Amino acid sequence: MTAPAFAPGERVTVRHANPPGHVRTPFYIRGKTGEVERVCDEFGNPEELAFGRRDSASVRLYRVRFPLPEVWSDYSGNGSDTIDVELYEHWLEPTEETAV
Amino acid sequence: MSEASHTHDHDHAPPTDEAGPLSYYQRLELAVRELLIEKGVLTADEVRAGIEDMDGRSPERGALVVARAWSDPDFKERLLADGPAACAELGIDVSPARLAVVENTDDVHNVIVCTLCSCYPRPLLGLPPSWYKSSSYRARAVREPRAVLGEFGTVIPEDVAIRVHDSTAELRYMVLPQRPPGTEELDSDALAELVTRDSMIGVTTALAPTAERHA
Repeated sequence: MTAPAFAPGERVTVRHANPPGHVRTPFYIRGKTGEVERVCDEFGNPEELAFGRRDSASVRLYRVRFPLPEVWSDYSGNGSDTIDVELYEHWLEPTEETAV
Repeated sequence: MSEASHTHDHDHAPPTDEAGPLSYYQRLELAVRELLIEKGVLTADEVRAGIEDMDGRSPERGALVVARAWSDPDFKERLLADGPAACAELGIDVSPARLAVVENTDDVHNVIVCTLCSCYPRPLLGLPPSWYKSSSYRARAVREPRAVLGEFGTVIPEDVAIRVHDSTAELRYMVLPQRPPGTEELDSDALAELVTRDSMIGVTTALAPTAERHA
């Protein structure tokens, strides 16, 4: 087990990448910024397991919460509506906060 | 005269399972299953028992868990903290699912979806309904959840936040609906009857008690 790179409450941005293969990061969430809701266990990496590579390193899973108005620029619902998505650590980057 | 305009008490389409050639995946499943049995990896009885186990799962299990959580605050706390362990207390084995129970409150309404496929808390709810697997529900539940809920007749007040859960990886979610008002006198069995499959997916709320249910 390796220590989680991110802690609950930390802001993270999903990598904007388009690798081929069996990827469980939905397209709509790539490039979006959210907050770590919960640190989950480490699991076999589905991107490796899908190709039968069962001895590949396991990866840390997180549940990340995103405000829906930030996911969809024309979101019509309540501003406090959110979506939780499970994402593997290698899909997350620390968010560089820009001074306002 | 159109097909739709006469009164029906029958289906027009005959059962289709024997009609037409098997699909690629049906043939593949059949071939792999027969090989596994032939090579002694599995027995036909084990396959049958597996199917029986899957068919035996129904939303009644989830309703039992919800009714218990409504009537026992300590159990609810344990359920929210560790879903599989709390279900095991009731003799329900949810493995291999990593169950996360999410609670509806006065401020938050939860709804579950799997945009990538059809991940679903099967040990507690059985097989997912066909609409849950439809591309329309999967695409729209994350895009315009309030409109989707509205189509189920569920209007969530503006001051209640919607929390969508996309089951993209290892966790499986079940919604703990709010206990309906006017149910203080009901026992666990009567409470469980108010808990529908759809209320545990989060597209509706639990049923209101009726006079008949009280009787």
